[in-house]
Amino acid sequence: MAGYKPVAIQTYPILGEKITQDTLYWNNYKTPVQIKEFGAVSKVDFSPQPPYNYAVTASSRIHIYGRYSQEPIKTFSRFKDTAYCATFRQDGRLLVAGSEDGGVQLFDISGRAPLRQFEGHTKAVHTVDFTADKYHVVSGADDYTVKLWDIPNSKEILTFKEHSDYVRCGCASKLNPDLFITGSYDHTVKMFDARTNKSVLSVEHGQPVESVLLFPSGGLLVSAGGRYVKVWDMLKGGQLLVSLKNHHKTVTCLCLSSSGQRLLSGSLDRKVKVYSTTSYKVVHSFDYAASILSLALAHEDETIVVGMTNGILSVKHRKSEAKKESLPRRRRPAYRTFIKGKNYMKQRDDILINRPTKKHLELYDRDLKHFRISKALDRVLEPTCAIKTPEITVSIIKELNRRGVLANALAGRDEKEISRVLNFLIRNLSQPRFAPVLINAAEIIIDIYLPVIGQSPVVDKKFLLLQGLVEKEIDYQRELLETLGMMDMLFATMRGKEGTPVLENTSDGFPENKKIES
Amino acid sequence: MVEEESIRVVRCGGSELNFRRAVFSADSKYIFCVSGDFVKVYSTATEECVHILHGHRNLVTGIQLNPNNHLQLYSCSLDGTIKLWDYIDGILIKTFIVRCKLHALFTVAQAEDSVFVTVNKEKPDIFQLVSVKLPKSSSQEVEAKELSIVLDYINQSPKCIAFGNEGVYVAAVRDFYLSVYFFKKKTTSRRNFYDEKKYTYTCLHWHHDIVMDLAFSVTGSSLLSGGRESVLVEWRDATEKNKEFLPRLGATIEHISVSPAGDLFCTSHSDNKITIIHRNLEASAVIQGLVKDRSIFTGLMIDPRTKALVLNGKPGHLQFYSLQSDKQLYNLDIMQQEYINDYGLIQIELKKAAFGCFGNWLATVEQRQEKETELELQMKLWMYSKKTQGFILNTKIHMPHEDCITALCFCNAEKSEQPTLVTASKDGYFKVWILTDDSDIYKKAVGWTCDFVGSYHKYQATNCCFSEDGSLLAVSFEEIVTLWDSETWELKCTFCQRAGNIRHLCFGRLTCSKYLLGATENGILSCWNLLSCALEWSAKLNVRVMEPDPNSENIAAVSQSSVGSDLFVFKPSEPRPLYIQKGISREEVQWGVFVPRDVPESFTSEAYQWLNRSQFYFLTKSQSLLTFSTKSPEEKLTPTSKQLLAEESLPTTPFYFILGKHRQQQDEKLNEISENELVQLPLTENIPAISELLHTPAHVLPSAVFLCSMFVNSLLLSKETKSAEEIPKDVDMEEEKESENSDEENDFTEKIQETNNTDLGEDIIHQLSKSEEKELRKFRKIDYSWIAVL
Repeated sequence: MAGYKPVAIQTYPILGEKITQDTLYWNNYKTPVQIKEFGAVSKVDFSPQPPYNYAVTASSRIHIYGRYSQEPIKTFSRFKDTAYCATFRQDGRLLVAGSEDGGVQLFDISGRAPLRQFEGHTKAVHTVDFTADKYHVVSGADDYTVKLWDIPNSKEILTFKEHSDYVRCGCASKLNPDLFITGSYDHTVKMFDARTNKSVLSVEHGQPVESVLLFPSGGLLVSAGGRYVKVWDMLKGGQLLVSLKNHHKTVTCLCLSSSGQRLLSGSLDRKVKVYSTTSYKVVHSFDYAASILSLALAHEDETIVVGMTNGILSVKHRKSEAKKESLPRRRRPAYRTFIKGKNYMKQRDDILINRPTKKHLELYDRDLKHFRISKALDRVLEPTCAIKTPEITVSIIKELNRRGVLANALAGRDEKEISRVLNFLIRNLSQPRFAPVLINAAEIIIDIYLPVIGQSPVVDKKFLLLQGLVEKEIDYQRELLETLGMMDMLFATMRGKEGTPVLENTSDGFPENKKIES
Repeated sequence: MVEEESIRVVRCGGSELNFRRAVFSADSKYIFCVSGDFVKVYSTATEECVHILHGHRNLVTGIQLNPNNHLQLYSCSLDGTIKLWDYIDGILIKTFIVRCKLHALFTVAQAEDSVFVTVNKEKPDIFQLVSVKLPKSSSQEVEAKELSIVLDYINQSPKCIAFGNEGVYVAAVRDFYLSVYFFKKKTTSRRNFYDEKKYTYTCLHWHHDIVMDLAFSVTGSSLLSGGRESVLVEWRDATEKNKEFLPRLGATIEHISVSPAGDLFCTSHSDNKITIIHRNLEASAVIQGLVKDRSIFTGLMIDPRTKALVLNGKPGHLQFYSLQSDKQLYNLDIMQQEYINDYGLIQIELKKAAFGCFGNWLATVEQRQEKETELELQMKLWMYSKKTQGFILNTKIHMPHEDCITALCFCNAEKSEQPTLVTASKDGYFKVWILTDDSDIYKKAVGWTCDFVGSYHKYQATNCCFSEDGSLLAVSFEEIVTLWDSETWELKCTFCQRAGNIRHLCFGRLTCSKYLLGATENGILSCWNLLSCALEWSAKLNVRVMEPDPNSENIAAVSQSSVGSDLFVFKPSEPRPLYIQKGISREEVQWGVFVPRDVPESFTSEAYQWLNRSQFYFLTKSQSLLTFSTKSPEEKLTPTSKQLLAEESLPTTPFYFILGKHRQQQDEKLNEISENELVQLPLTENIPAISELLHTPAHVLPSAVFLCSMFVNSLLLSKETKSAEEIPKDVDMEEEKESENSDEENDFTEKIQETNNTDLGEDIIHQLSKSEEKELRKFRKIDYSWIAVL
């Protein structure tokens, strides 16, 4: 015979965002730490080597923060004017930065004064980067030029004058020491090869390019400018792979997650969007208080650092993996008990009988199975269940009603127990999804406890509260109906003589029979 | 087939198995139960129906084992006969004609040649227990005239009569009276339990609802009881403490019976089911007929995949019932909730169901309405999974409408790219649901969402129907039929007949697809032409059921009149109906369905041609499933029962059916092969004479004339030893003389024979005497021993 079928718990769709692996992953950060900088934070860069410090460029200073420190552990402030784009070398020991006056300065992390100064740009240098061989620096400036510098003798090696507007972003290939990419306000992204002294590839972004990013493999290029984020296939000669338009304002920064599976973009519309790099769909989105200028992810996505126009640096750390203190384990049977008979080979005439699988039943189901109805109701009215999962409580009440024993289960309760039921009703009666079941329960309670009303001030208070709630709800419904009527009229006049509009009637007409004499 | 047999209405299965207590055979291998006009014999081990005993012409009302010969079974019927059966072979042994309606049958071992039956003579409510003397006679049909009244004024139910220990007395109850008749003393004592006298009794209380049946175990140590709770309770030692339960048997227990050997119990349930239970209260087998416990809301449907009839089954289930084998295939649990069988409880009912997209989708609607305002409504959509070969819940829609759903239909057009479902409801709306892609980067999924909501002046939507090609949707709003374009969901046109609410609505098919038919509650059947948007014709017909045939243009309508129900089969395009049958049933016909035939029949007569490609089944108010057939039910059933007769009747498991047949075939093949061998082997080589002929050098052979006579002689001789079969084979031996067979084994034997024959060779030349014939005979014997080994 069929076994006991557990009570079907009515599930309700969770409103708002869907819970996916991504939302879980990206929401698993602590509340952000806010650090106030002197000006707009134009660049955040993580050191690729432990302890994963990060350099924050804001105004004329570069601060280096440790992972959990809220105070800078080091400051480079010898800039005459605004500094730009402080970037670590791959080994994390050198730092290069451009500045408003056209200089490029190279710092040792341990030192204070610049190791090298590359002079040659005539206007502000907004982008600098180390090449893959670590001995060269690429810089792009507002004088439309891109220069390649040699670190050992601090000399300019090459100059590219192919852009026709400010060069505002760039990055060097992580694999090939001779390749680097720059994006410019002339709407193009160009790839340069140091061996040929001219650009080898140029793609038309369509908007002033604010940020470029090369995938670690070097096969895909991401450019951001205007409201668009575009992905280009470099191996196909710069073919547009996908164009994303998910921001309302200019996209200012791009960043890849450590696994390379997700792409993050920050924008002036104060949002950071997370895309899947396989489907290029937005899988998650963060909101920030101000327009975002810079964005960086630490190793293993441990930290998200976002710099904003108002000079606030927001640092979010990943929650440490909750290591649950496992309860002292019960003494289990020895290992040999489990392997006993495991290697027994079935003989020809043997009949194999499997141990019947025991179906797990919830406690309330176990009570219902044995027709302990009051106990089942008590169990789901316990605060842990009633507050956290009211749908279970309501489902059990519904089930009891279906079995025709709700009145029996509600009857014979003392002051404490009945006030628990009433508390639940007061909390959930006005929710439309629970209302039909709970109104019925409330009616039954009133019927049962009407003769003894007035004996307990606690319960009386609860009843009054319930009455007030119902009256409020009725008023509210009436108002809704009025509004609906007005809207109907408006629609009717607008549509003219067309058929009656289809409009869902949301009212479910509360029965107005909650008159409680106390 | 030869035709011009008239079409008749026949019952097709689905008769009650739970009408009377089931009876076990003495060895508990079989269980017998009444089933309409038949008695069915089931194997208790395998649940398989072993025999169907048919012969009664009316409802069988009682069965009992013959106490004097436990391989025989008595049955009595409303047709006034008592029949004696040999249930092992399924043979009718004798018929005793009593000539009055028999309502129950009892046998007692002590009364050797008489049985007891319940009859009602004059008034409809007065029943008597009479003993019938069964005359000893060799003829098949015997008139049993000797009736003697034992008890008067008894209850009709056989449960209210019990025979006492060793057949000393019989007790019967009616109302508050207990009557006991002592056979020896021939006295009756009556007792009225209505008075306030004190009696000695024990009270066992557990059941909170009505107890339907009681049974003592064979040893008498425990008592079984069951009732509406569908829990079998075993009271050990008749004490309240010692009790065991077998819960969740599914439906009200109506009868309990115990096998004479004491190892099995069985319970008959109100949902047409017999459960066989072991002594240790473990259900071991379930014999399930067509569930007819409750009213049918879903109507009759045909599962496009299995061609099974689908309708409401157990509470909250949809049953799939095979019409061919009169057997339930399986139950689909729609509600997935614990079923509490309690009197007066408002259960959730499965109200509507529909198959769509060639059986890929199933939509079900369940509803529970306690009061006017409190309505629980749930629509579920099930997807057929090829992997599990069953339906899997895909989408659950809570409260799809504000009020009861009145109709549900899928768009079954072949070209439709998107599955579409339409629901019509009393709340004045109809909703269109479509299957949408719900997949994201994490998983692939599909789900149903509402696509369109339509209404027409807030009238209640009563029916909906898609045209055959899926381009039009017809929705009836009370008296008005509206037509909607299924592409844009625009209202195309309306038809109104002002003749009451529309009860049925359907489009014509194939060549008649330009017609729309509607039947109203006031007894008007209208046919509209969709091209001219005008009424084509209308007829006065109080249509209860209107079903289009999926394989032709025909439409069957069953009308209800005060006398009975009439069937009309018509094409919408033709003015005259194809076929009319008056009085197909005395009761109201509630549902009907066309079942496509696997093999088309070929009725040449015009009136029956509508039955060529499909068969029409219908269900009456008393839930008997009827159909039209030219064959009698016996004919329909014979192939299976004959086959069963031929087989060993013992444990016939499904495996036996597969393996047994297979083995039989193998045996047959083997026999054939061996026969063939018998035919061939002696012919070619194994007769020494031939081998001699073949292997002796030609120059030493005597003349053929001489040899011939020898052969003939040898044939004459062989007649004594050989079986009759082989003679004709030997006759044409000469023709096959030359044929050579290179079978190794034969060669081997030949060699032996040769060695034996070498010295004989000369004799052959010189004289072919009797001695040689003896030798030949000897070899022949050797030969046969060799064949026997084969």
